[in-house]
Amino acid sequence: MSTVQTSRDKAPIALSKIRNFSIVAHIDHGKSTLADRLIQICGGLADREMSEQVLDNMEIERERGITIKAQTVRLYYKAKDGDEYVLNLIDTPGHVDFAYEVSRSLSACEGSLLVVDASQGVEAQTLANVYQAIENDHEITTVLNKIDLPAAEPERVKAQIEEVIGLDASDAVEISAKTGLGISDVLETIVNKLPPPHGGDADAPLKALLVDSWYDAYLGVIVLVRIIDGRLKKGQTIRMMGTDAKYPVDRVGVISPKLIDVKSLGPGEIGFITASIKEVADTRVGDTITEDKRPTADPLPGFKPAQPVVFCGLFPVDAADFEDLRSAVGKLRLNDASFSFEMESSAALGFGFRCGFLGLLHLEIIQERLEREFDLDLIATAPSVVYTLKMRDGSEMQLHNPADMPDVMKIDEIHEPWIKATILTPDEYLGPILKLCQDRRGIQTNLTYAGPRAMLEYDLPLNEVVFDFYDRLKSISRGYASFDYQLADYRAGDLVKLSMLVNGDPVDALSMLVHRSAAEARGRQMCEKLKELIPRHMFKIPIQAAIGGNVIARETLSALRKDVTAKCYGGDASRKRKLLDKQKAGKKKMRQFGKVEIPQTAFIEALKMSD
Amino acid sequence: MADISHPMTGRNNDDGTPGFGIYVHWPFCAAKCPYCDFNSHVRQGPNGGGVDQRRYAQAFERELGHMAQLCASETVTSIFFGGGTPSLMEPATVEHILRTIHDLWLVDEQAEITMEANPSSVETERFRAYRATGVNRVSLGVQSLDDAQLKFLGRLHSAEEAKAAIDIARKTFERMSFDLIYARPQQTLAQWRSELEEAIRLSADHLSLYQLTIEQGTPFFDLHRKGKLSIPDAENAAQLYELTQEITASHGLPAYEISNHAKPRQESRHNLTYWRSGDWVGAGPGAHGRLTRADGRYTTANERVPERWLEAVNRSGHGMVEHHALSLEEHGDEMLLMGLRLREGLEVERYSRETGHELDPARISDLTGHGMVEILPNGRLRATAGGWLVLDAVIADLAA
Repeated sequence: MSTVQTSRDKAPIALSKIRNFSIVAHIDHGKSTLADRLIQICGGLADREMSEQVLDNMEIERERGITIKAQTVRLYYKAKDGDEYVLNLIDTPGHVDFAYEVSRSLSACEGSLLVVDASQGVEAQTLANVYQAIENDHEITTVLNKIDLPAAEPERVKAQIEEVIGLDASDAVEISAKTGLGISDVLETIVNKLPPPHGGDADAPLKALLVDSWYDAYLGVIVLVRIIDGRLKKGQTIRMMGTDAKYPVDRVGVISPKLIDVKSLGPGEIGFITASIKEVADTRVGDTITEDKRPTADPLPGFKPAQPVVFCGLFPVDAADFEDLRSAVGKLRLNDASFSFEMESSAALGFGFRCGFLGLLHLEIIQERLEREFDLDLIATAPSVVYTLKMRDGSEMQLHNPADMPDVMKIDEIHEPWIKATILTPDEYLGPILKLCQDRRGIQTNLTYAGPRAMLEYDLPLNEVVFDFYDRLKSISRGYASFDYQLADYRAGDLVKLSMLVNGDPVDALSMLVHRSAAEARGRQMCEKLKELIPRHMFKIPIQAAIGGNVIARETLSALRKDVTAKCYGGDASRKRKLLDKQKAGKKKMRQFGKVEIPQTAFIEALKMSD
Repeated sequence: MADISHPMTGRNNDDGTPGFGIYVHWPFCAAKCPYCDFNSHVRQGPNGGGVDQRRYAQAFERELGHMAQLCASETVTSIFFGGGTPSLMEPATVEHILRTIHDLWLVDEQAEITMEANPSSVETERFRAYRATGVNRVSLGVQSLDDAQLKFLGRLHSAEEAKAAIDIARKTFERMSFDLIYARPQQTLAQWRSELEEAIRLSADHLSLYQLTIEQGTPFFDLHRKGKLSIPDAENAAQLYELTQEITASHGLPAYEISNHAKPRQESRHNLTYWRSGDWVGAGPGAHGRLTRADGRYTTANERVPERWLEAVNRSGHGMVEHHALSLEEHGDEMLLMGLRLREGLEVERYSRETGHELDPARISDLTGHGMVEILPNGRLRATAGGWLVLDAVIADLAA
């Protein structure tokens, strides 16, 4: 990142000319494209610097069209009233897994643009995010995107927004972020409809919110701040009130989206600082930053740090890659404090890490980044949730890994996390979705209709959701249902540990906690799946599911009967050798359990349930 | 026949040495068979296609001349005309090529010179002329002794013609082999038994018995994928294979290779060179070769399209599009892939010496435990009858 001193760094900006806002939307509804348009129009970047979706920095974000990390940019906009405004946009992740990032980004703003796809309408994520904006007392203004599509139905979608969310959508701005249609109306709406920051006191002791932080290879840790009171200047010694750590401020600036130094940041402004902070982990998001020699008397309430809720083991396919994996997870953690890991050793898979994630998407993304950015081949074990074990001796333990489950005789109760799930679906798919939720031990709490769309609310054990619930939901609704959830509470459940034995050897990576009522069916299903997924060997292989010492299901994989090339002469040698190379490469992707080789894909595939 | 005044060397005749072969690929066919994925091309024209054979003969001469520079000191123990359909070659073309080979290399007096031939009457008429050029062994693409099955396999000859061709071949050449394809759709054990026994009564000294396999890029592949052609499942195919072993062995034609059966000392010397990882020159469109030089074993592969091969040879003296050294691992893999196909097994000591790599004793012992391989008293590693049935898996285990 290069830095230039800005010519705009003149007098302090009047509060009334600042607008801090977020964009909330469902995945694919065009949030990032809109953000890019705003940047382009406000001249933040020259045309040649505009790459598609500037704010999605990571390759993965761009490819999947999702935002993971909150991004921020300061825009300068000369409004039709003739005044120049400073617009601070904080682009937030759209997915439920990153609800925590969303909440803290929203708390730095006063208003939100609610972007809804005019052909798709309101989705579950739209709801979840908009409710968060409402909780943060945001002024919300609606933008209907993709108005250029033939399938766009702005009137229907407006009615839906009013009915489902309860927002007045009559003055929604109709745009196409893709073509650029209506973008200037969006800017006018931001200026006219969204409020300026609440009046802070520029002369009061410094009080700033630590909104986010990330690691930059050249500059070290960059901290995003929102000033409440006082002024933040270069050379000041600041104090993080949560950790009591002190740092001299090296640089103060704004992101435009290049980093541009400014003399100071005042109330209502959003900007960055660098201060020789070594690790992202040294900065607590939500912390209050104050001046060391003149601290504020009332720090901000702060945030509760995000807790990982889904865990899985990640192991290198090739044991020799363990050190590479260790350094890769360390690097990812530098920028993602919500991702946790600790070393784990598995009888079957060797050395690896037990990793904690905010949710399944987070898991998938981290896994993909490890494989792609660090060129690692990984085996992921069954995702599991964190169970609380109430022991007979009165103690309590957190179980992150089913393989670590203690002797059942010592356990009094097992508690599992439950979620509150919201599902929006065209009503024609309601039947199968109700059945899916029911099969997953769901408890229906609400069912309402908005036109032909049903909104379902369910309490569900998270444990049932990590097993391909989302895939199943998408498949039975042909992709039309949307889903979002929030962690609710822990509840006692009749759970048992289901172990899988292949050729008599337990495969720890496949063990899982399941509800007793589902154990036999799940065990049978796992046996059948594994029978399909494990290639035939030169001997027959029993595959069993067991609870404790009790085998509850069994399949036998018969021995390979015939596998031989009929013709192989001189002209075939090269081709057969290349086939053998493929076979050898395939074998490297296998894991040896006793005498049995199990393909690594089997670990994930085995857990995908079907009807 | 060309001048063969060279002294007899006795290599691979058969003393267990790999020998040194020359493979000549004639890429043209009168029609493509729906199961065949070989490098064969149909060129329309009267009597065997619109191919100017003299130009091809000259190109073979040039290419063989080029190859001889890479391995001139070898003694040729076998020559093999494969295809395509080499019996579409005019005898003069065959003679031209054989004369070229004799000019370039020492050719063993006992060299096996094989030609693949179709059993149609047109081609049978040329057998005597081929014999006169020096061809001493013929391998007939009979494929079936049942007219309906021949039609299904897209063959242009009848069972009657096949039997006549076998008869003429037996009288014309010193040695004769023919091919059959079995494990065809719906083929029962009883049907195959009677067809195979009839074939054995035709007194070939060598039989190649192949199970029908569905190869990518063939019409059968498309039919199979669309579910319009089904071949026996693994269990049925295994039973057919086991029956084949039993019948041929009891009639004095035991398998010396997965799909090849011979009376004692009637094994195909040329093919043994492949399976024993010996060297051979590959000439003609799409031909592959292996040549050992001071710095390693080289693989060669030629341009597949006949006209382009011809052009390349005319331009640069050879049609090779690939010519590079095999790594020790690749050489080792080929030794396993080829050597374990033989009843005589693989010379473990040679494998270690040439690859600098020892086969994993733990894997050998596991495979021995499963009854898949055995170590013979002479130290060779051999796949058992059971091991042959799953040889691809056995090899993958040993090579991994």
